[in-house]
Amino acid sequence: MQDSHAAAAHHPAFQHHFETMEQQREASTLGMWLFLITEILFFGGMFTVYLVYRNWYFASFAAGSLTLDLTLGAFNTVVLIGSSLTMALAVHSAETGQRNLLVAFLLLTILLGATFLGVKAVEYSHKFEEHHVPGPSFRFGSEELRHFHEEATALRSTQIHGVELGEVQLFFSLYFAMTGMHALHMVIGIGVLSVLAWKSRRGVYSPEYFAPVEYAGLYWHFVDIVWIFLFPLLYLITRHVGVHP
Amino acid sequence: MSGHVVPLKVYFAIFATLMVLTALTVRVAFINLGPYNAAVALGIATTKAVLVILYFMHLRYSSKLTWIVVLAGFFWLGILLVITMTDYVTRSLPHLPT
Repeated sequence: MQDSHAAAAHHPAFQHHFETMEQQREASTLGMWLFLITEILFFGGMFTVYLVYRNWYFASFAAGSLTLDLTLGAFNTVVLIGSSLTMALAVHSAETGQRNLLVAFLLLTILLGATFLGVKAVEYSHKFEEHHVPGPSFRFGSEELRHFHEEATALRSTQIHGVELGEVQLFFSLYFAMTGMHALHMVIGIGVLSVLAWKSRRGVYSPEYFAPVEYAGLYWHFVDIVWIFLFPLLYLITRHVGVHP
Repeated sequence: MSGHVVPLKVYFAIFATLMVLTALTVRVAFINLGPYNAAVALGIATTKAVLVILYFMHLRYSSKLTWIVVLAGFFWLGILLVITMTDYVTRSLPHLPT
């Protein structure tokens, strides 16, 4: 114990106000989780707004949701969960001191994150082309409405009536706000991982000290969790409306 | 100094489970369960999130203090959601005849 303390105390990353490296790690893990909880509550506010309006304007939200590309959304879910795996493997490589693997897994995570953003850009451009972006040029034409009513009337549901243009705009406002904020987090994450990949290559991290890799991992997994909820709420939750009983 | 090194096969098993749950949630979305569609979709999402937090984010191997902080965070999120929704969801309930 004394030996490990002395060894830890000599590590360049060891801060003098901690007793041991282990205590420093414990404190910084807690700090990272506190930050993530502020993020959870921040996104929680947007999820609450979404749930309230979906509850009030169900038909309009269903009509808006059915225009989203489910294939692209599902593909992105797979990509993002895959990037969470490669991030976990990166942390594992750091723990076991495999420097080349660490760099490789960080780069792979960045690549998967960039793939997600690329697909998101394609989805956004579709929305722009179809004038589904809220604002003066917003259009939710008779074609979309007819398609929606054809499917929805088969449901014989009393819930499915009264699709209002303004309410559909509200759905798309929330869609862009939530996926946009999520994408911004991914851009920041990719930036952080790029710095880490560069530092890892220079051999900054070792099994004794790899805290930045671990906390970037926590952040990346958190962003994954946000998408795990965004995907069903935006893409899936009203798909059954278009299903004939 | 390092804590618990999670075996690689745990990560792969969690990844496989998350993939299966993703396929399941897409499949179930096309079955008409009425009001239960939302409950099932959010139930599967919550299961996935818990798996990510426990294993990818190592909470399972973290200290009790970290557990308390994380659970407290989700407790406040629960207050935000539950108290807000109990108001908004019940506003349209039918009134008693006067």
